[in-house]
Amino acid sequence: MAFGKKEREHLTNELKGIVNDGIFKEERIICAPQNSEIDVIFPAGTDEKKVINMCANNYLGLSSHPDVVEAARKGLDHRGYGMSSVRFICGTQDIHKELEDKLTKFLGTEDTILFPSCMDANAGVFESFMTEEDVMIADRLVHASIVDGMRLCKAMTDTYKHSNMDHLEKKLILHEDKRLKLIITDGSFSMDGDLAKLDKIVELAEKYNALVFVDDSHSSGFIGKTGRGTHEHFDVVGKIDIITTTLGKALGGASGGCVSGRKEIVEMCRQKARPYLFSNSIAPVIVAASNKVIDMVSESTERRDKLEDNTKFWRKGLTEAGFIIKDGETPIVPVMLFNAKLSQDFAKDLYSEGIYAIGFFFPVVAKGQARIRTQLSAAHDMEHLEKALAAFIKIGKKYDILNKTKEEIIAKYGN
Amino acid sequence: MSEIKDVVLEYIKEEYLDEDEDMDINFDTPLISGGIVDSFSMVSLKRFLETKYKIQIPDGKATPEAFDSVTNIFQLLKDFNVK
Repeated sequence: MAFGKKEREHLTNELKGIVNDGIFKEERIICAPQNSEIDVIFPAGTDEKKVINMCANNYLGLSSHPDVVEAARKGLDHRGYGMSSVRFICGTQDIHKELEDKLTKFLGTEDTILFPSCMDANAGVFESFMTEEDVMIADRLVHASIVDGMRLCKAMTDTYKHSNMDHLEKKLILHEDKRLKLIITDGSFSMDGDLAKLDKIVELAEKYNALVFVDDSHSSGFIGKTGRGTHEHFDVVGKIDIITTTLGKALGGASGGCVSGRKEIVEMCRQKARPYLFSNSIAPVIVAASNKVIDMVSESTERRDKLEDNTKFWRKGLTEAGFIIKDGETPIVPVMLFNAKLSQDFAKDLYSEGIYAIGFFFPVVAKGQARIRTQLSAAHDMEHLEKALAAFIKIGKKYDILNKTKEEIIAKYGN
Repeated sequence: MSEIKDVVLEYIKEEYLDEDEDMDINFDTPLISGGIVDSFSMVSLKRFLETKYKIQIPDGKATPEAFDSVTNIFQLLKDFNVK
């Protein structure tokens, strides 16, 4: 047997190393539909506990919305369960094309291609149209899936300091001789909750004849006055050459992603993107529900408006209570604790109080930047947020970190 | 000799360290293995050296080991007769 004692010992030691490094990930078991309140079993073997969910990407509260569930049910009845095929053999239904057209209209682009996930969209898009003669210049904090996609592409890679437009300009000058120059950024950065300066990026792209790529996974459906995304927020709709986004967060939360943008780039993806060519078509049930979601967010801004109000309340409440939060306007609100152990202890105490949020520390975020990341949802009602805020304040007092500077917290707990 | 090392060190500080980062690096600080320069960003360093010293570094010589410290980079430049 190839997997013998030696192989098992090797992997057991690797896993021990992950535990010793403090980065071993454990799943919390949820025994309810995704929502603002969920029943959770954690640690394993304990009783179910009802908690307020402050860590889902369910920004618009559509993951378990009855209209979305009903659309999924109808999709199941009318178009079946699975496709048993990739898109280009026999995996494209009328509802797949309908969803691509709806996303194109919603995002204000020329064309759209669906992928099994945004991770797959990012993995496939670059290698589909860029080669050794081209350069990709990425913000240093882009999502891991973009990093993986860039690794799969033969074009030259370079980076610029996070949101530093002077540095980006230097890189555009340095690589002026390349055939295609692609600026790559997230729209909303998922760890800090800040927005890319898309207006400035577009200005530089026009000045240096570069293309712009934006991953708007943490923006589509709620950033911008009608929720189209960061390009709407910065008034550059139609000027972003490639948008990738997900159906797995605000837009229903199931799975699926897309590349949307210039029609020639989308067509290159249809011809060459390996995750599109060699992975199964998105299941009809998800496509049918996603069509309903795009209708809902196109017809009304009610849910993104409620999310905006919830975000304002939460940011104001934490700031007035004396927490240090990352500035911004997105529903991703990091509460800064700086010390890794403190972030874990704080999250554990929150859970005891019925609040579910996760502490992040190195290597997920930079050393000395440990935090609790909170995420708001339109599914949160005021009573949820008031209860969560009261719990944060109670625990903040316990650790004596309210109205303290970063230096004072680090002096007390280390970084 | 130390002039070249100083120029390279200064470039690395400006290019790879954030303004608010209170990290100090010297000629022997591990750059790639220490996580200061990632593989994506190495191209800037290579292009900077090529432009500054008017050389062409073949991909085979632009290895993570060769770029892992200012001292290593200085050794690499010596192979190209940079003085």
